[in-house]
Amino acid sequence: MRLIPKEIETLWTLFTAPVVWVAHFLVCYIGAAIYCAKPELVGLSFSAVRAGIAAATVIALSLIALSAWLAWRQWGFGTDDPPHDDPTRRDRTLFQGFATLLLSGLSFIAVIFTAMPALFLTECIR
Amino acid sequence: MGQHFSLSAASLLLASGYPGARSVLEPAGEEAQQIAVLFWVMLSGGAVIWLGVVGLLLHSALFNRRRLAEKSASSIILWGGVVFPSVTLCALLAYALWLMPGLRPFAQASSAALRIEVTGRQFWWEVVYRPSQRPPVASANEIRLPVGERVELSLKSADVIHSFWIPPLGGKMDMIPGRTNRLSLMATKPGIFRGPCTEYCGTSHALMAFSAVAMEPEAFRSWLAAQAIPAEGAGASGGALFLRHGCGSCHFVAGTDARGLIGPDLSHLGSRVTVGAGILPNTEDAVARFIARPDLIKPGSRMPAFDMLPPDDIRAIAAWLRGLQ
Repeated sequence: MRLIPKEIETLWTLFTAPVVWVAHFLVCYIGAAIYCAKPELVGLSFSAVRAGIAAATVIALSLIALSAWLAWRQWGFGTDDPPHDDPTRRDRTLFQGFATLLLSGLSFIAVIFTAMPALFLTECIR
Repeated sequence: MGQHFSLSAASLLLASGYPGARSVLEPAGEEAQQIAVLFWVMLSGGAVIWLGVVGLLLHSALFNRRRLAEKSASSIILWGGVVFPSVTLCALLAYALWLMPGLRPFAQASSAALRIEVTGRQFWWEVVYRPSQRPPVASANEIRLPVGERVELSLKSADVIHSFWIPPLGGKMDMIPGRTNRLSLMATKPGIFRGPCTEYCGTSHALMAFSAVAMEPEAFRSWLAAQAIPAEGAGASGGALFLRHGCGSCHFVAGTDARGLIGPDLSHLGSRVTVGAGILPNTEDAVARFIARPDLIKPGSRMPAFDMLPPDDIRAIAAWLRGLQ
């Protein structure tokens, strides 16, 4: 079994990083909302919620980093410069790789911003 | 003391135009101080970045017009357009988030010595002071706080969404029906400030305000003690007219048979800085005008007009209310 997926041509890889960002956002916000509304349901302290957010963040950032690496590979590790606008199969692949790399960068920063409040807030207010 | 305070309040009023014609940039409270610092940090940072960008633009347009190599142009875009903004935004977000725990000290177990419950109503504010270990004190359209002591506000609404804001003391907080929102304030300087409703709540939204008075702790304590007992003037003759014309079915006046809970509590109306929820000076004339035609002064208000009463009765009631110090 290979660890790094082989290069495939599909539009779906473009969305990997934003989808991870969405999932991370929902896990953090819904998790904190449920805990703050019904702490007895979860039966844990708020520190556990913060630890959960930290774990989700590490997982999300790793997945996005992987997606970025795959995109970098698809982009030919930067051997070619954009805009990649020739009507050729090669340019289409490079363009998609470059766009995926940029989206991965955006998602990486967004995931950090989403998780940052948990660094400073130590309790919920009811 | 009440009379003395009203006099000094009046002179403050004259000095500053309308009570508390002050802004967020003249902070008189700890939370507002943090907001002002945050504002100046953001403004100076923004100014530095703006100068840098415009300087670079002028430099490249006027003094250095040679073409850059593709590689160095790309690295300028990478460092100036991606890395620098991301790091700067990250630092600013961290700074703003770092301020947050200070704005919600009540999240820790220890509670403030004084809690003030404020309920927004179209178009006035019901206020109940809940000091620890003493009975609650009801009031309306004015909030007094001791300087240097942390006060916790419980914000509610009885009808639509209102929003509570005392610009020189702290940030704003919505008042949402069915919810209690909590806000912590600590005044650092005595003064009178205007607190406007900051969420559109109906026809007279712009006429819904209150006066916030920050007082020295000793003066505040004696003021609160005086508010807890009926006003001295409550037994005077105008009170009978007040009751006879039915005002007591909507308004509460301590020490009389006026027990209504629909309109603002008028027990110590004479001691307040303003009347009509922060829109009129507290004079006999203003009170009389409000009684006669509240709909002219505050359109959409639920109080009916009483201009069918004999003018002398209106004047006598106004004088009696002003006497409730």
